[in-house]
Amino acid sequence: METGFVLPDLEAEDTAEFWAACQRGELVVQECAGCGRWRFPPRPMCPHCRSLEVRWVATSGRATVWSFVVPHPPLLPAYGELAPYNVVVVALDEDATIRMVGNLVATPEGPINEVDPTTIEIGEPVRVVFASVEDVMLPRWMRAPKG
Amino acid sequence: MAQSIRDQVAIVGIGQTAFGKGLADSELSLACQAISTALDDAAIAPGEVDGLASYTMELNREVDVARNVGLGDLTFFSQVGYGGGAGCGTVLQAAMAIATGQCHVAVAWRARKRAAKTSRPWAQVPARLADHWQWSRPFGLLRPVDEVAMLARRYLYEYGGSRDQLANVALAFRKHANRNPAATMYDKPLSREEYLNARWISEPLCLFDNCLETDGALAIVLAPAERAVDLPHRPVLVHAAAQGLPRQHQTMINYFNDDPLEGPSWAAARQLWRGAEFGPAEVKVAQIYDAFSPLVPLSLEGYGFCGRGEGGAFTEGGALEWPDGRLPTNTSGGGMSEAYVHGFNLVLEGVRQMRGTSTSQVDGADTCLVTSGEGVPTSALLLRN
Repeated sequence: METGFVLPDLEAEDTAEFWAACQRGELVVQECAGCGRWRFPPRPMCPHCRSLEVRWVATSGRATVWSFVVPHPPLLPAYGELAPYNVVVVALDEDATIRMVGNLVATPEGPINEVDPTTIEIGEPVRVVFASVEDVMLPRWMRAPKG
Repeated sequence: MAQSIRDQVAIVGIGQTAFGKGLADSELSLACQAISTALDDAAIAPGEVDGLASYTMELNREVDVARNVGLGDLTFFSQVGYGGGAGCGTVLQAAMAIATGQCHVAVAWRARKRAAKTSRPWAQVPARLADHWQWSRPFGLLRPVDEVAMLARRYLYEYGGSRDQLANVALAFRKHANRNPAATMYDKPLSREEYLNARWISEPLCLFDNCLETDGALAIVLAPAERAVDLPHRPVLVHAAAQGLPRQHQTMINYFNDDPLEGPSWAAARQLWRGAEFGPAEVKVAQIYDAFSPLVPLSLEGYGFCGRGEGGAFTEGGALEWPDGRLPTNTSGGGMSEAYVHGFNLVLEGVRQMRGTSTSQVDGADTCLVTSGEGVPTSALLLRN
């Protein structure tokens, strides 16, 4: 079913594995097989050692909120219907320079506008969940206990 | 090392159309009108033009511009990428081409009909994203304002900044527009109260943190400095120019590196000041790319007018305001209150300041910084007279 959401191409050469892992309920990043550094977003070459060899490794899915915004119209219609909603950037616990854009939700499949945006705090801990939109599993974030 | 471009090339003509929404003329017509006006301003015949530079986002092709305006045989034509980051880069490329003899008279321009809602780039989205937007847009981070607001929130958090500081930016530029009859907001004053009560666009940014949506075109003519002295206007020298695409940068969604708040301005600034005979303290007036208000404090830091994290505080006490601020900025109103034509109006206002013809003329201004977009691969110019 067409939802009107903007969605990723699940078959793009350098990034398909990320989205395939989301289907399995895993949040993965690339680990360079040459130097061991993590990188995100996915790309074919390691900027540190230029290796083309990667392992896709599952992260803990734990992170903290690095920043957030609350969009208001005018927006694409599917998003405008939900506005105001939140968009967060989170920093992974394993490596705080690995950041991902997502949404803070109260329940795994809940809408992106169900958390009161005035309660969101930079630095608060979150954990990944996955929400089904059309044929895509999108990583989203729920509040996690501190520590 | 080969020669530097320092002071070798002058901006000798400027031209612009009216600014508006839903202008009747086509984008091609607007481009040709601005270029034609700039050539007349320079007293240079179209047939002498042998170089062109514009943006990759410019929809008018060189062939069509040249066939309309009646340009000569072109031996240099280039485009610069990354939207609002390109403006000063087009001037840099034209100046390099003249300084190295690849062409002799060059035109740089930008024409755009942006005001129609359907023309907004963010509203045109392919069905499925295979490029870098797949990491942001599915989550509803759709528009440039959302992408900049994300950095702005982090900036305000890290450095204890306030919306009042962003208001300082918007209000200063509006005051300058209120003195500029060509500005879209010429007859529309803006109060701090109106700013603080305005509707949100993407929290923490409100309506007045955003630039305008404008139809219009602007052009400049460049020629060797030695020729400029024989032309009608006081020569405005391209003292230094630079582009900047820092390591591990991602355009607009620059969240995926060690230090997202050290944006492209920093890389451009290092090269810019290396090529200059003076530093930030000697800059009398600035035109800073302002698609969104937070880009101004970020740019003030990048170009060295204050330290890291001090850009918000720099705006206090009327620092950006003509005539008495320590750095009068966007003296024609900028993208937020004069016109948003991808920042090319900032180049023309820099030229007017160096000619002494701005509607908010800074006394004794003999140096001007012009910047292009922070948050995207960018560029900057130092002008002197």
